[in-house]
Amino acid sequence: MSTPYAKLPAWADYGLIPVINLAVAFIVAGFVVMLVGENPFRAAVILVEGAFGKGTGIAFTLFYATTFIFTGLSVAVAAHCSLFNIGTEGQAYIGGLGIALVCLSFDSVLPWWVIFPIAIVAAAAFGALWGLIPAYLQAKRGSHIVITTIMFNFIAASVMVYLLVGPLKPAGSQAPQTRNFLAGAELPKLNWIIELFGAKIRSAPLNICFLLALVMAFLVWLLIWRTRLGYEMRTYGHSPKAARYAGISETRIIITAMMISGALAGMMALNPVMGDQHNVAIDFVSGAGYVGIAVALMGRLHPVGIVLAAILFGMLYQGGAELAFEMPAISRDMIVIIQGLVILFAGALEHMFRPYIQALFASVSPKSVGMQAVKGTGA
Amino acid sequence: MDMFNAIVQVLDSTIRLSVPLLLACLAGLYSERAGIFDIGLEGKMLVGAFAGASAAAVFHSALIGLGTAVLISVAFALVHGFASITHRGNQIVSGVAINFIAAGSTIILGQAWFQQGGRTPALQPGERFEAITWPGADAVKDVPVIGPIYGELISGHSILVYFAFAMVPFTWWVLFRTRFGLRMRAVGENPAAVDTAGISVAWLRYRALICTGILTGVAGAYLSMVQNGGFVKDMTAGKGYIALAALIFAKWKPVNAMFACLLFGFLDAAAIRLQGSPLPIIGKVPVQFMQALPYVLTVVLLAGFIGKAIPPRAGGVPYVKER
Repeated sequence: MSTPYAKLPAWADYGLIPVINLAVAFIVAGFVVMLVGENPFRAAVILVEGAFGKGTGIAFTLFYATTFIFTGLSVAVAAHCSLFNIGTEGQAYIGGLGIALVCLSFDSVLPWWVIFPIAIVAAAAFGALWGLIPAYLQAKRGSHIVITTIMFNFIAASVMVYLLVGPLKPAGSQAPQTRNFLAGAELPKLNWIIELFGAKIRSAPLNICFLLALVMAFLVWLLIWRTRLGYEMRTYGHSPKAARYAGISETRIIITAMMISGALAGMMALNPVMGDQHNVAIDFVSGAGYVGIAVALMGRLHPVGIVLAAILFGMLYQGGAELAFEMPAISRDMIVIIQGLVILFAGALEHMFRPYIQALFASVSPKSVGMQAVKGTGA
Repeated sequence: MDMFNAIVQVLDSTIRLSVPLLLACLAGLYSERAGIFDIGLEGKMLVGAFAGASAAAVFHSALIGLGTAVLISVAFALVHGFASITHRGNQIVSGVAINFIAAGSTIILGQAWFQQGGRTPALQPGERFEAITWPGADAVKDVPVIGPIYGELISGHSILVYFAFAMVPFTWWVLFRTRFGLRMRAVGENPAAVDTAGISVAWLRYRALICTGILTGVAGAYLSMVQNGGFVKDMTAGKGYIALAALIFAKWKPVNAMFACLLFGFLDAAAIRLQGSPLPIIGKVPVQFMQALPYVLTVVLLAGFIGKAIPPRAGGVPYVKER
């Protein structure tokens, strides 16, 4: 079966259509704001000012963006292999467990620059392990990865609640969380970079994980488009049959992709755990894994797009907090709606406007879409 | 006798806890049998619960509440259909989107309309579905064995409970004894064949999704208007996903679905009942283990260690007419 859609010029495919989809998502979100009885334009102004108006706002925006870069990359790596990893949430949660074990063991004896690499490895390993089981079951037993990863999110939540109200909770404490880490497990802040530009910052949690996230984005780009493994993953994602014919082992490629995806998800936990809260608490991931789905779809699975989309969602998170102050009717849960709308319009309905845009291109310049392709566009 | 009463109580709460699962599970059965994966059961239940409780509180009528719940839930089902049938989008992505839109909008609108931190006003008697006492339930109350079974297990539930269990044979009948059911199953297995027979694949799938919307709406109404006297944010708490698990566990069959939901409901009821108290032989089981058990069981089943769960063949694949 051929793809039902004809080709468009690259700039329209990668620039115009995502922007239109995004715009529609935000217009619908604007209607929700109106339904609540507020002015959507004023809301947008407050939101952007809250996110970028002051140095502290920028630092918070980038702090949230760091988290979303990791989860977005995680979803994207799996998606390139046509695996829909909804389990990023659970993998990040379990990644936090790995970090907790490292930090609780070593934070009194080692400095941060020794603990950090160990924690990265632990977080990645725990996350990868949580991705490995669904991957194995998909590859070997044919169970649907979407269902298993959803189930593993719930299992992860149960495991973590059990550990955090039991073995990991310090004696005599009521709160379901580990003890606070000592200075050895606290990551250095990056706020001075923003202060270089003359902005003032009153304590913001932006930390070195932001750089790690950018490095990982570059490595993911390298992996997907410049290595043999990435080529195999994309081949499998495009056509499992072709991959099998080319001698690519299905089991190996599914398991590798999911473990990389899980590792990236696990590393997300470094940012809030070691960079901000300095403990592992119940539900510290708080939906960031699911935001990763929106980020990956919006960034069209490309690391550059993902970084941009993550900053946009960071802005929504930080600006949304400011918005909740100014307009009490709009709480941070507005983000959840926007996230859902972005997933709907940039993901499930990504082809909705394509036939119209194609018709437009075809009437303006038939060459840009190719005459033969135009014939096949009747939906 | 104490032991017996305790068992009746656990079974009674098993029934209450499995009703929303059963309704959502049957809802998923319609759409998945027609070849549309529906991760969005959770979200549709949530909007149903919110719409039901809001309308019931505003119009002071349980029936209007139920109607609104069904209407809004069907509207969300149609959005899923619009994305995944008409525009051939990814069904899982669309379902995830619906869950988020539902989770966010119920909180935002609830806060804006009622200003009670995302809750809807507490429902008064008459705005909720009351328990129905069956004839003679009071008379036999003191009779040993029969009394508690008839009085507590069978009698004394709301109309929606009986509706949910009546839907099991009804769904079986629709699925295996009607033309619509036959065609729906066919469209989930081989849509091209249905298309060749001159039947619209899209319209069949839309109708299946409308059935899904109706049932998730009732499931939501049950949560907010029977189990709880009002809507609380995120009150579905993963029930949509457990229903999905039950659907797989039941291998997409209505009667099995009932037993799977009763099993998962029982696990939940037992976890609440046993909190902290030790079991014979096994000793003390952490609550979290009991809560995770439905998910673990589903994973084990999916892995093919207890029989094989084979989904409808065309599930998740958008239908493209040959041209």
